[in-house]
Amino acid sequence: MALLDVKNLSVQFDTPEGNIHAVNGVSFALEQGETLGIVGESGSGKSQLNFALLGLLARNGRTSGQAIFEGQDLLSMSERDLNRIRANRIAMVFQDPMTSLNPYMRISEQMAEVLMLHKGLSKRAAIAESVDMLDAVKIPDAKNRVRLYPHEFSGGMRQRVMIAMSLLCRPDILIADEPTTALDVTVQAQIMELLAELQREFDMATILITHDLGVVAGFCERAIVMYGGRIMEEAPVDPLFESPSHPYTRGLLDAIPRVDEDQDALRAIPGNPPNMTGLPQGCPFAPRCESVMETCWSTAPELVNFAPDRTRACFRPVEEIVA
Amino acid sequence: MPPASTHRKNRMIVYILKRLAIAIPTLLLLIVFSFLLMHAAPGGPFTQERELPAQVLANLNAKYGLDQPLWKQIWNYIWGIVAHFDFGPSFVYKDRTVNEIIAQGFPVTLTYGGVSFVVAVLAGVTLGAVAAVKHNTIIDYFAVGISIGAQVLPNFVMAPILVIVFTLFLGWLPGGGWRFTDPSYWIMPVIALSTSYMASIARIMRSSMLEVLNSNHIRTARAKGLPGHRVIWRHALKPALLPVISYLGPAFVAMITGSVIVDIYFSTGGIGKAFVDSALNRDYAVMMGVTILVGALTILFNLLVDIIYGWIDPKIRY
Repeated sequence: MALLDVKNLSVQFDTPEGNIHAVNGVSFALEQGETLGIVGESGSGKSQLNFALLGLLARNGRTSGQAIFEGQDLLSMSERDLNRIRANRIAMVFQDPMTSLNPYMRISEQMAEVLMLHKGLSKRAAIAESVDMLDAVKIPDAKNRVRLYPHEFSGGMRQRVMIAMSLLCRPDILIADEPTTALDVTVQAQIMELLAELQREFDMATILITHDLGVVAGFCERAIVMYGGRIMEEAPVDPLFESPSHPYTRGLLDAIPRVDEDQDALRAIPGNPPNMTGLPQGCPFAPRCESVMETCWSTAPELVNFAPDRTRACFRPVEEIVA
Repeated sequence: MPPASTHRKNRMIVYILKRLAIAIPTLLLLIVFSFLLMHAAPGGPFTQERELPAQVLANLNAKYGLDQPLWKQIWNYIWGIVAHFDFGPSFVYKDRTVNEIIAQGFPVTLTYGGVSFVVAVLAGVTLGAVAAVKHNTIIDYFAVGISIGAQVLPNFVMAPILVIVFTLFLGWLPGGGWRFTDPSYWIMPVIALSTSYMASIARIMRSSMLEVLNSNHIRTARAKGLPGHRVIWRHALKPALLPVISYLGPAFVAMITGSVIVDIYFSTGGIGKAFVDSALNRDYAVMMGVTILVGALTILFNLLVDIIYGWIDPKIRY
């Protein structure tokens, strides 16, 4: 049985301008110790999908569907029960380390409260364990620096603190929401390397949310490609990169600049991501799709299993997409 | 090497001394400008409907030093304060000095103003925080309704209503006067003075709390599994209070230096009324005395606000 089984999850936001359908009927399973990438442009719903799992949506957000973790549905769970899972069993690393730590509290306080809450440790023991974890994420002189405030760390170091804080309770699942987006390129590589190392060491299932296909290729075993709040394609990483089965995935891969070819201009997918208030009936990608057909405009394609471990949501036959 | 905390404390003391040093020229400028403005206005303390004989006027002017050049008057005034802490005699109440008038009125306004301050802060912060936490619910609308109502009801309307209800109809509270030993005399002045401040504090608190509750670090706190009340008390309250605190410095000074409306309606005898009377009567010395008091207190409490800021926000270094 899968560790986490998400079934037909949808997220909506009520706004004065109408309902925003951020996530539309997403299903996937996450196995013990697995690394899953969720890829998509800004506004594809990938972050909201994961906020929904931990009940962290903005106040006007509503969910439907199920997310079964150890036989219990995270989406219909009481806040009280959910609080026992947050950070303890399922932890999250956020996108922006500059603002995701509390600027008014020492790192020691922020980290220790997690262990005091979930593991019932004394403050002294909790701080000692926090220092060990800061050592594990390779923060030099952790023993002294644990007493500092977030603004006394660089961006990369702050993200290390965030990662250390999320790992304190040795969670079963780590959700990393664009953990490197706000960082320098060189620091990005270090953080991803660190995450990969810790993921192996702690043997946790990891969901990596990113718009960076390169990061997915280096880190994940399997990936989900999202667009317009829907899953377009799901596949193990190698076949996904070798033979993408969806026009959107192909577009994304083609848009990666290559060093081994002469390119006059960067390639992009024409058009803009959809407005999520009034999603059209058909495939959300249809307006930007090179291979669009008549049916695409009226009906959204179902996710179909077309090869072992591979699913896609597209009316075009696979042969016509796979290059 | 001394520990960082000692180092920080030393820097803090240096900072405070610096600020106090800057306060001296600030106060001198305040004195000079107020003095000039006051004398630039037409009329004088001895202007009456029936003109005084020229010789009497000249004698009076000579007695109070008004016949000297302006720069000399300012110099004498400042010298009196620096050398003897003497703010001069009242120009209107012949047998009273400014020091006496302030010493009599200030303790009254300090008392009802201080109590009003505590009431306004406690009620305002609670109201604003609860409204933000219960954003867009009936509780929020209720809280916003109260604070708008409190803001738009001027105290010169509220004061007579209070007297009518609590003194004339119910007979619970004395309708005016002041006793330090009997807090029933304090209640109506406090209500009349604190209401609009409470409303302002509630509005500032609500909007800053809403902003903080939507910030990323609060989402992190929720993702830690902390129960809602811990998220608010431990993580949201401190940052949400910062804008309130910067409002409180000047508000506290305004409150403890009293209110004309309160002093008039409740005959409390505070310096709020003394100040307005002095302006109407051209009682130069009393006007200057109260202006300097308010100025000095404003400087002091702005400094206090900055110190509290540094204590709350670790990013602020002195």
